[in-house]
Amino acid sequence: MPAQHRVAPRPPRFPGTSRRQFLGYLLAAPTLAVGVKLTADSVLEAEALPSPAPEVSEVYDLSDLLADSTRPTANLITVVLERDGTVSFSMPRAESGQGITTMAAMLIAEEMGIPVSDVNVTLADARPELLFNQQTQGSSTVISIYTPIRVAAALARGRLLEAASTLLGDEATNLRTTGGKVVSEAGSSIPFAQLATAAANSETREALTELKGPDDFTVIGTPQRRDDVRAAVTGKKNYTMDIDVPGAVPTMIARPPTIKGTVESINNEDQVRSMPGVTDVVEISTDAAPGRGTTSSGVAVCARTFGQCIDAINALDITWGGGNADGESDESILRQLRASPAPVNLPSPTPLDQVGGQIPLATEGLGNVGPVEAVEQEFVFHWRSNSAMEPNVAVADVRSDSAEVWTPSQIPINTQDQLARELDLTTGQVTVHVTRGGGAFGRRLFNDAPLEAARVSKEVGKPVKLMWHRADECRVGRVHPMCISRLRATYSPGAKQVVSFEQRHTSVATDYTEAFGDMISSQAAKLPFANELTLSQTVFLLTASVPYDVGAVALGYNEIFDFDKFATGSSRNLNNMDVRPAQELMIDLLAAKLDEDPLDFRLDRLESDRAKAVLEKVRDEGDWGRDLPEGVAQGVAVHNEYKGTVAVLAEVDTRPATANRDIRGATTGPRVRKVTVAVDVGLPINPLGLKAQMEGGVMTGIAHVFTGSLHLRDGNFLEGSWDDYRYTRHWNSPPELDVHVMPATGERPGGAGELGVGVSVAAVACAYARATGTTPTSFPIGHTKDVPFRVKPFVPPLPPSPEDGLTSYPTPSAAGPVFNPAS
Amino acid sequence: MPPHTFKVNGRPVTVDVEDDVRLLWVLRDLLKITGPKYGCGINVCKACTSHINGRAFNPCSVPVGQIRPTDEITTIEGLPETVGADLHPMQEAWIDRDVPQCGYCQPGQIMAAVDLVKKVKADGGAITDDDIDGIRNMCACGTYSRIREAIKQGAANM
Ligand code: FES
Ligand code: FES
Repeated sequence: MPAQHRVAPRPPRFPGTSRRQFLGYLLAAPTLAVGVKLTADSVLEAEALPSPAPEVSEVYDLSDLLADSTRPTANLITVVLERDGTVSFSMPRAESGQGITTMAAMLIAEEMGIPVSDVNVTLADARPELLFNQQTQGSSTVISIYTPIRVAAALARGRLLEAASTLLGDEATNLRTTGGKVVSEAGSSIPFAQLATAAANSETREALTELKGPDDFTVIGTPQRRDDVRAAVTGKKNYTMDIDVPGAVPTMIARPPTIKGTVESINNEDQVRSMPGVTDVVEISTDAAPGRGTTSSGVAVCARTFGQCIDAINALDITWGGGNADGESDESILRQLRASPAPVNLPSPTPLDQVGGQIPLATEGLGNVGPVEAVEQEFVFHWRSNSAMEPNVAVADVRSDSAEVWTPSQIPINTQDQLARELDLTTGQVTVHVTRGGGAFGRRLFNDAPLEAARVSKEVGKPVKLMWHRADECRVGRVHPMCISRLRATYSPGAKQVVSFEQRHTSVATDYTEAFGDMISSQAAKLPFANELTLSQTVFLLTASVPYDVGAVALGYNEIFDFDKFATGSSRNLNNMDVRPAQELMIDLLAAKLDEDPLDFRLDRLESDRAKAVLEKVRDEGDWGRDLPEGVAQGVAVHNEYKGTVAVLAEVDTRPATANRDIRGATTGPRVRKVTVAVDVGLPINPLGLKAQMEGGVMTGIAHVFTGSLHLRDGNFLEGSWDDYRYTRHWNSPPELDVHVMPATGERPGGAGELGVGVSVAAVACAYARATGTTPTSFPIGHTKDVPFRVKPFVPPLPPSPEDGLTSYPTPSAAGPVFNPAS
Repeated sequence: MPPHTFKVNGRPVTVDVEDDVRLLWVLRDLLKITGPKYGCGINVCKACTSHINGRAFNPCSVPVGQIRPTDEITTIEGLPETVGADLHPMQEAWIDRDVPQCGYCQPGQIMAAVDLVKKVKADGGAITDDDIDGIRNMCACGTYSRIREAIKQGAANM
């Protein structure tokens, strides 16, 4: 990169730093306990919607919606100082690897002056009084809990100083907390353990506190390891299936050989029930909603071990009724998507109305740009699975007048409510324990596993531990729907200007009912457009935007089918995992038409300074424009979302020697050999965790570009394992991956879990296009009609476990031929 | 139902179960040793990777009837003991690099890494990126870069 392009890093700035007072409660308890409403702060007033709003998500995005829907009704979250001087906080959120419990511990440590390791954060059971305040999605967690947790810890600090001042006979103003002690200027100190009861309150009362200013932070912004890292690497971290609930029997379900099929009859129930270890064989509804009946069903088997469940399921002789999508295949879906153009003017009132509802695609009226030309491109995105490593799981113990369930739910209140409705109990009779999840990625917003487990437990009259088989995770599990994006842009070669940018996105309907349904309804009044749009259109408008100045922007979204024809759901980064790559590929096409460097083209047109800074950072750190051999190229993309901004520069090697490299059992193909990321989330709380989220986003992005997809054929998804569904593996992961966390640019943290996915897809796809000279238009690129693996049978439904594990480690399963779309 | 006797993590165990039940379920469901995780049951994801007589294997794909009384099974829980320490150097490297996200795949990743490094060292070599490329263990959180660094770091201390 030429030296004149380099810029000095921008100094941190904290606009609007304030010393506001915050209200909380000192709680009557045996030791010091404080409570704070989750409504303690007030983003909304600070960010009124400006007008006109050409793209709604820029001023009011999904993370605002999620944060706002948690405002009015929340009850208290509490921080407790235990007698041993440690602090406990029960967090009304799910933790599935995003590191939010670690962040919560850091916030408490910061305000209280205690080592991070002395703060124990656990996950709260379902708490209906918190209403929407107990959901973990859309990367909103850190945004909505940041201030309340700090307020609670600051109140606790204040009480500790008061109590210590009595004991030390010193003014509270001469005292401070550090390292789990109150220390005085004179040098004396008392450990928190000795103050836990002295600082306790005999009655509950309101109290005010102030928060530390950013300049005084000693914990926030420093790298901290995960709170459960040691447990995770020693095998001591307990996931749902590791919990020893007395009497809970392993349970799995035989599922139909078609999407949402139903059982007509079980023909050898008695025979299967007499198999070794098997205790129960029962037909149950697998419907995703409570009390709706058996729109889909299966046969549950309980046994002494999960292995015996698998064998029994494969021995079952079941007559199955038809499925929900019989006869549909990728090709038929694509035809229907193409036949359904998205309206570019959405129902009124929409953001477009505010710019007159007109998209200036003609040359008239544009004044001095001169004649314009157009680029048009359609992009196809195939079905994707959002499965985590830990399959869908739940333990359920259903009695006549109560139910107790353990599951890594992302919305435990919703889980509790649905279980109560399914079981005809009150919510008070249903306890939902939130376990730490082995990945979530949106899949655990739905209650498939807890509902099934509860149904089986009720039917067989004993506690059950229910787990999905991997094959079912691929074939029956919720999917990110197949969709197409049609883009058209006009530009003026004379004025070297993009005049208009239009994107019509058409998708198979996405099921957002669990995730966003009630929340969007409750907040509809605040949104300028929600009333007349579908849920999915609302989610689209809340997340879609173009970060560049590309003239008049028009975005449209529509769907085919009912929301529950296929089992769909939220995936990491929602629509933006497809919408943004389509845009960025289009930007590269426009840059080429206007004969500009792709990075400079973006830099010139980025609207936000923060976005420009991350782009400049990857340009410099990733050495944009360096000499590369033919077949190797760089690609770059920028993305704003969740109050953050991120740039990714990827380098892809498509040369035959690389793409055809032979690794036993591997789908190799083009190699992303180097990735540089720069991320600005406003205020980074834990840079180490933030980097991890970006790294994960890159890996997921690579899968979406090259190989990770489901094939729909004759009403079923063909993939049945991690070798069929080809998520990024060690052999695909970039040997060099650098994430740069930008210095704080604000006083508040933004979300990170989803921020890195779509932008990574985009950068890798753009690099691939430049390396091969061909813009890929169908994703993943390796999604071919002829599947590169041997399709496992649907009847019997589960692949049998091999018996040769001792003689053939590491036996590759039947992976297909080498994947090399470049050669 | 024949009793099966073997050693797990240095302790002799006896279980009464049919011969064809795969060892993963004997460990998890009957012996309550839950470090090895289920991710596929068909020797693809490698989440269950453990060691038998010091070599990596996948208990989801081995019927318990094939385990001999003299066989020593080591799961992630027993790994530190194999070096007589609180933590194996590979676990230390994993902590130092803050590798896990959800953590579900990590016991398997660590057991596979230890085996790979031992094998490479026995062949007189040092661990390379190419060696690491060949590891089959799946991670849906995408922690591969940190695993790559941690293996090199752990190998240096093994
Ligand atoms: S569970 Fe053993 S390899 Fe996947
Ligand atoms: S850390 Fe979650 S699957 Fe690897």
